[in-house]
Amino acid sequence: MATRIQEGLTAREIAPQTRSEHLTRDDRALLLRYMMLMRGSEERALTLYRQGKVPGSFYDGRGQEAISAGSAYVLAPRDRMCILHRDLAAHFVRGVTPDRYLANYMGRAGGVTGGRDGNMHFGDRRLGCVGMVSMLPDMAEVATGIALAFKMRREPRVAMTYFGEGSTANGQWHEAMNFAGIHRLPVVFVLENNKFAYSTPNELEFAIDPVRRAEGYGFPGVEVDGNDVEAVFEAARVAADRAREGGGPTLIECHTMRMHGHGAHDDMSYVPPEMLEEWERRDPIDAYAARLVAREGFGQDEIEALRESVRTQVEECAQRALESPLPDPDTALDGVFADEFEPLGDGQAPWSRWAAS
Amino acid sequence: MSEMTYLEAISDGLRTEMRRDESVFCLGEDIGAFGGAFKVTAGFQEEFGADRVLDTPLAENLIIGAAVGAAVEGMRPVCEMQFADFIACGFDQLVNVAAKLHYRQGVAVPMVVRLPSGGGFSGGPFHSQNPEAWFLQAPGLKVVAPATAADAKGLLVSAIRDPNPVMFLEHKHLYRRERGEVPDDDHTVPIGEAHVVREGEEMTILAYGSTVSLAQQAVEELGEDVEIVDLRTLCPLDRGTVLASARKTGKVLVAHEATRSCGVGAELSALIAEEAFEDLDAPVRRLTAPDVPIPFSPPLEQRVLPGLEDMKEVARELLAY
Repeated sequence: MATRIQEGLTAREIAPQTRSEHLTRDDRALLLRYMMLMRGSEERALTLYRQGKVPGSFYDGRGQEAISAGSAYVLAPRDRMCILHRDLAAHFVRGVTPDRYLANYMGRAGGVTGGRDGNMHFGDRRLGCVGMVSMLPDMAEVATGIALAFKMRREPRVAMTYFGEGSTANGQWHEAMNFAGIHRLPVVFVLENNKFAYSTPNELEFAIDPVRRAEGYGFPGVEVDGNDVEAVFEAARVAADRAREGGGPTLIECHTMRMHGHGAHDDMSYVPPEMLEEWERRDPIDAYAARLVAREGFGQDEIEALRESVRTQVEECAQRALESPLPDPDTALDGVFADEFEPLGDGQAPWSRWAAS
Repeated sequence: MSEMTYLEAISDGLRTEMRRDESVFCLGEDIGAFGGAFKVTAGFQEEFGADRVLDTPLAENLIIGAAVGAAVEGMRPVCEMQFADFIACGFDQLVNVAAKLHYRQGVAVPMVVRLPSGGGFSGGPFHSQNPEAWFLQAPGLKVVAPATAADAKGLLVSAIRDPNPVMFLEHKHLYRRERGEVPDDDHTVPIGEAHVVREGEEMTILAYGSTVSLAQQAVEELGEDVEIVDLRTLCPLDRGTVLASARKTGKVLVAHEATRSCGVGAELSALIAEEAFEDLDAPVRRLTAPDVPIPFSPPLEQRVLPGLEDMKEVARELLAY
C-alpha cells in the first residue's frame, strides 16, 4: 500500500450530452425507467406525507434522478453501496422495490428497515447496501473501509457512495478522501452539488469548488452535468473500471439542483425563483426522453408506454405499502446486538455488460 | 500456561487470533513500524505484514469508520486508540454508525476498539481518562474491562470473535504491573460473565479494571470477610452475579477509577436499590474519582484517583454501618 502521488491530475469536465458507447438500447430504456421510477415513487411518497401517513419528515431528490440512476448502473453484483437521501434510483437499480421504500417512509413492517429507521435511512444488506445515517458525510468513511477490505483481499470490487457538497465542509470528508488516496482504494465518491446545504448556498460552503481538492488527495476529480444521465454513467464507468483495476478512487462532482426544499417542511424562500426556472428547463428525465427520441430511435409512444408502466408499478407498490402492517411494538427491544455475523448479499446489476459476462 | 504481564497477554491474544483467522487485522496510529505507543503490537508487522498491521493517519473517525466498512464486508478489525481519550475524536462513527447498524439495518459490525485507559502516571487531562460510561449510553456497544492477564487475553479473543462492536478497556496502570498465568493458544473468557474473585460474607466490593487488585490488597490488609466481584464486562452486565452477591452480604461498595456521576457505580447502585433493596443492611457506597478532569501534577492526580487508603476507609465505614 505504498503512497504514490500522481502528476497532472486536475479536475476535468466530461463534455455535455456525452453519448456512451457502452449502453445498449435496452440499457437506455432502463436508465430512463429508473429515473422515472424515482420521480414517480417520490411524488407518491409526498402525497402520502401530505395525507398524514408518513410520520416525521419527508426528503426527496427531485431533479437529481440522473445521478443515482447513472452511477449505480455501472456496478457489478458484488460491488457495494452506501446510498444517501437524494439517491433513490440507486436503491431501485440494486433491486429494492418501490413498495418497500414507501412502506419504510410510513414506518411499516414491510419497509426496508421494518420501522427501525425512517425516510431514506435504509440500505438493503441483502442487496449489498449499508444504510446511511443523518450525520454527513459518515458513509464516505464506511465506503472507504469496504474498499479497504476489497483491497486487502485483492478482490476486483468497487465501493460507491454519495454525498452533497455540504458534506465536503466536514472533517470526516477529508479523513475519508485522504485515506482512500493514500491506499489507492477502489472507491467511487459521487459528489452531488445541488447548490444548497439545506439553506446555505455554495458561496458560503467553500472558497474553491471541492472537486479541485481531489488533486491534493492524489486522485482524479471529474466534473459532469449531473442532469445528464449518460454523462454521469460514463464518469462512473471510467471511475469504477479504474478502481477495479487497482487505479484507486475518483471524485465525481455532479452539478445539479435540488428542486425541492431540504425536506417537505422547507419552503425554499431562500432560492431565487429564476434559478429554479432555469433548472426546470434542464429536467433530467424530460431531457433524456427527448434525446432518446431525437437521437436513439425511440418512438414517442415508447416513452409514453414507459411512463404509463412506471405509473402503474408505483400505484401497485403504494397499495402494497399501505397494506403492510405497522411493526409489533413488542419487537422494539429486539436486535440491539447481533447473535452472529451475516455477510452482505449481492445487488442486482442490470447493465448489459454484466448480463453478457 | 505461561506467566506474562497484562500487556503481553493482550499481545498474545491478538497474535493468536491473527494467526488463526486471516480476516483479523489491526489498524491505528503508530502501531506498525513503531509497534504502538505501548508496544502491544511490537513485532506484529514483521509477522503479519503492513496490510494487517495498518498504520493510519491521525484520524480517529476514519479509524472507526473504515473499521465499520471492513467489518460489514467480513473482516475482523481491531482498532487501537493510542489513548482511550482519543475515542472522543471518533465518537460519531462509533455511536451513530457502528453501535446502531444492527438495530437499524440488521447489519452486524464485528469490530474491537482497544482503549488504553486510566491514570496514575501524570498523563494529564487527555491521556488518563476512563471513558467507559460514555459507551454505556450508546446501545449496541459491548464494553469489557479486564483486570488480570488471563482475562485480558480471554476477553480480547472473545471480543474479536463477537459479531458486535466491542469496546476493550485496557488499563495502562496494569500493563506491566499486573502479571499472571495465562493459558497458551486458544483461550476465551465469555463476554457478560462476572467473576467472584474472593468469596466473603460481610460485604461485597464490585470492581473492574484497576480497582480489582486494589480491592484485593485492601481486603487483605483489613483482614475482613469480604467478597470481591470482578465485573469483567460492563455491557451486557452480569446482573445475576451482582445481585446474588448483594443479597448474600447485604452491603455493597462499588469501586472504579472513572468519575462519579452517572458512572458504572451509579448504575449498579440503582440496580441494587431496585432489585435487592430488601436484602440491604446499608446504603450502597461508591468509591470513584470525583467529577473533575484528571490533573497533571502528581499530588493533584493522587488526590483525585481512588487509592488503597481510600478503599480501606470506605470499606471500614461500610463494615461498621
